[in-house]
Amino acid sequence: MIYRETGQFKSSYASDQAIFPIVQDRIFVLLAVAAAFVVPPLAADEYWLQAVLIPLLIYALAALGLNLLTGYAGQISLGTGGFMAVGAYSAFKITTAFPWLNIIVVFLLSGLIAALVGLVFGIPSLRVKGFYLAVATLAAQFFLIWLFNKVGWFVNYAPSGTITAPARNVLGVMVTGPQSSAWARYVVALGLLAVFALVAKNLVRGRIGRSWMAIRDRDIAAEIIGVRPLRTKLLAFGISSFYCGMAGAEFVFLYLGSAETLAFDLNLSFLVLFMVIIGGLGSILGSFLGAAFIVLIPIFLTNVPHLAGLAMPVALQKQIELMVFGALIIFFLIVEPHGLARLWQITKEKLRLWPFPH
Amino acid sequence: MIELLRAVLVAPFADMAGSPAFLVEVLIGGIVAGLMYSLVALGFVLIFKASGVFNFAQGVMVLFAALTLVGLMEKGVPVPIALALTVVVMIALAFAIERAVLRPLVNQEPIILFMATIGLNFFLEGFGEMVWGANVKKLDIGIPDTSFIVRGVQMNRLELTAALTAAVLVAILAVLFQRTRVGRALRAVADDHEAALSIGIPLKTIWVVVWSVAGLVALVAGIMWGAKSGVQFSLSLIALKSLPVLILGGFTSVPGAIAGGLIIGVGEKLGEVYWGPLVGGAIENWFAYVLALAFLLVRPQGLFGEKIIERV
Amino acid sequence: MPGTLAAQPIPDTGPAGGLGRDPLLRVEAITVRFGALQALSAVSVDVHRGEIVAIIGPNGAGKTTLLNVISGFYHPQQGRIVYEGKDRTHLKPFDVAALGIARTFQNVALFKGMTVLDNIMTGRLLKMRGHFLLDALYWGPAKRQELEHRAAAERVIDFLEIQAIRKTPAGRLPYGLQKRVELARALAAEPQLLLLDEPMAGMNVEEKEDMSRFILDVHDEFGTTIVLIEHDMSVVMDISDRVVALDYGRKIADGSPDAVRKDQVVIDAYLGVAHD
Repeated sequence: MIYRETGQFKSSYASDQAIFPIVQDRIFVLLAVAAAFVVPPLAADEYWLQAVLIPLLIYALAALGLNLLTGYAGQISLGTGGFMAVGAYSAFKITTAFPWLNIIVVFLLSGLIAALVGLVFGIPSLRVKGFYLAVATLAAQFFLIWLFNKVGWFVNYAPSGTITAPARNVLGVMVTGPQSSAWARYVVALGLLAVFALVAKNLVRGRIGRSWMAIRDRDIAAEIIGVRPLRTKLLAFGISSFYCGMAGAEFVFLYLGSAETLAFDLNLSFLVLFMVIIGGLGSILGSFLGAAFIVLIPIFLTNVPHLAGLAMPVALQKQIELMVFGALIIFFLIVEPHGLARLWQITKEKLRLWPFPH
Repeated sequence: MIELLRAVLVAPFADMAGSPAFLVEVLIGGIVAGLMYSLVALGFVLIFKASGVFNFAQGVMVLFAALTLVGLMEKGVPVPIALALTVVVMIALAFAIERAVLRPLVNQEPIILFMATIGLNFFLEGFGEMVWGANVKKLDIGIPDTSFIVRGVQMNRLELTAALTAAVLVAILAVLFQRTRVGRALRAVADDHEAALSIGIPLKTIWVVVWSVAGLVALVAGIMWGAKSGVQFSLSLIALKSLPVLILGGFTSVPGAIAGGLIIGVGEKLGEVYWGPLVGGAIENWFAYVLALAFLLVRPQGLFGEKIIERV
Repeated sequence: MPGTLAAQPIPDTGPAGGLGRDPLLRVEAITVRFGALQALSAVSVDVHRGEIVAIIGPNGAGKTTLLNVISGFYHPQQGRIVYEGKDRTHLKPFDVAALGIARTFQNVALFKGMTVLDNIMTGRLLKMRGHFLLDALYWGPAKRQELEHRAAAERVIDFLEIQAIRKTPAGRLPYGLQKRVELARALAAEPQLLLLDEPMAGMNVEEKEDMSRFILDVHDEFGTTIVLIEHDMSVVMDISDRVVALDYGRKIADGSPDAVRKDQVVIDAYLGVAHD
């Protein structure tokens, strides 16, 4: 292994239960996070920030939310797009009604609203499980999109039916709207992601995460041990929708600039689900890996034929993208149902033993 | 408030009573749509009954079948040959799916298989579009899309043919499952893959057979839907609506798929025509799902599904 | 005090059970039907504090059903469950757990996706207070509570000698160890009443001896009342104070192990009787 892990014995439960028990890991991650805040804004060009890094951060947040619900609590949801839409439209309404309100606060509030909506649509989960629940979440998805389409109030009666992020600043720096710079939006997205990833990790390694996983693995036994199913499931729906709602708000305000309901349709729900499956169900790291993977594939597909000198029409590229996504899902499910996160774990273990095979 | 209650609870029924001929037309429209949903749902039920797999890609298979048929016809292949070729393609697809997706995932949890079919969904969508192109295609199967009037009620020749075909197919499949040895073997497989294997049921063959039949059902559904609304990608969305049908009818019941389809089809049409205008229309997008959801809350196993007794 | 498995004095229970005090658990004329199937018919059992009661009977006799009724998972069509003097028949499972009743399951219901330690920690869930916001920050009272319960779980781990596997995912353990971890999870809840459903099924002789030892240790050190379903008669003879025999959903014997063993009705039920 690259560094020596042996000799680090834990003498307290606290140190054993730390997120990164190995000192080198901890240092490495802190450095990486610090670098993430500093390097891209200085070094990366507009394209990379706008087309790759910002959407990656936003999708990672949404994937994190869905992973909490589906990966940890075991409740399948195909309504992610709908909950993201709730966040986006709430943020739009709040900030247009209260322009003086700090946009970060607006994001948080829109997350809360999405959480409440998630709670409502999570109520069926007590009676309904598995595929049935998936279909129930489809009801949420289709209904919410229809609602935002039909009710003009949500778009402030704009005839185009789109919502546009108004210009807002934080501490004097423009973070939304046409004047904002990519690096500012990047920093905001990264900051929110870092904070809420930490929150997610804390939830997951403690009491709440355990009750979620108990429900996921054996819901009946869990109930007999004392887990209250409705409370636990609703909490999962609520928290997950909070994350997805915030991600939805960021989606419009920090990435797209303006959007209509089409941006939040069923395909988005599938996309985020793919990130979670490929990245690894029940893994915080997996949410990041999955988001990165899904964001990078279209980039890869755009650029590789270009580099190889072939011209690929856009339509064909989209089709290949779909096929690649589909094939990859099947591939991962066959080869490693626990996704990239597990592959990473296995790699680390092999590296530990290297050069010995086992 | 009273106005609202009146508008929701009284006025629509008054409308219905006011012009009964129109009501009958709406009902017929609902039944026709319902039978088509049933047809797609049947494909689901077949696969679920026989392999325990919830095939999310059923809708896309409908689309794919229709695309292949139309694509061949556009290239000038005569209709009967095109049909035969499409049947071959669907069977080949069944083989491919069994080999590449089902066999490696034998006895994994149902959720894993479900997600694999979502992957399949996307793959076939991209593949179909790549091979046959993305524009809407007209599918002409020789039955005119004309209307005629019977006792003051307007009916459509094509729709009626579609409904009739669906009904016949559904009847055949129902008999196949309930009465034959093959049907029994299929039910064994659906229950437990490894157990079925261990008593000598040829799992691979069964799966290929079932997915082929499902493919053929998809083809028929694709033809009917495609002839009516043209072959395009919204077809797979329509097929998605057979999911609420399955919820109502239970995932393993052939009569359930029929009953569920009719309820959803009629319910949706009635809802859209009589209550839709109250909220600006287009409730067909979500009405079926909400209806199914409401049902689920009352009866989690659907109308015909088996009551799940949980054991610890 | 949270986090201590304090020893309690062991009451002197004779073979018939009880010092004349009210029984801890009273199963009164429980009848359970599933459609046309009569799983339990008017079964009555008293369990006194500190007793070890074994439930025996052929397969399908209704033993697990009885435990499920006590757990609140099934609700009987007739009869009552009286625990600590109060009627608890229609409680939900999580409320029953809150009364101090813990159990293991016939088909090892461990949470396969979690480590052994996490599984045992789920046994402590009922004792954990909810501090949602602090949980999210893993700070202050939330963190202190987490560490306290970790310490309690570690005491159970020591008690059952499973230190080496505490970070192993439960799904990867061999069957015998899984059963032991399930016992650990039940013990972590510091129960008054422990319901064990075939804790030794599928074990070899050594494993059975270990498990018997653990069960007796639990009883001796913590005074826990134990009801266990068991098929192995030698185990039943060795460790139980009283034996209840069920057959086709009815109670056919209730008494000391020796008495039940010699009871002709019980012998007939197990070995079958030739009908002319």
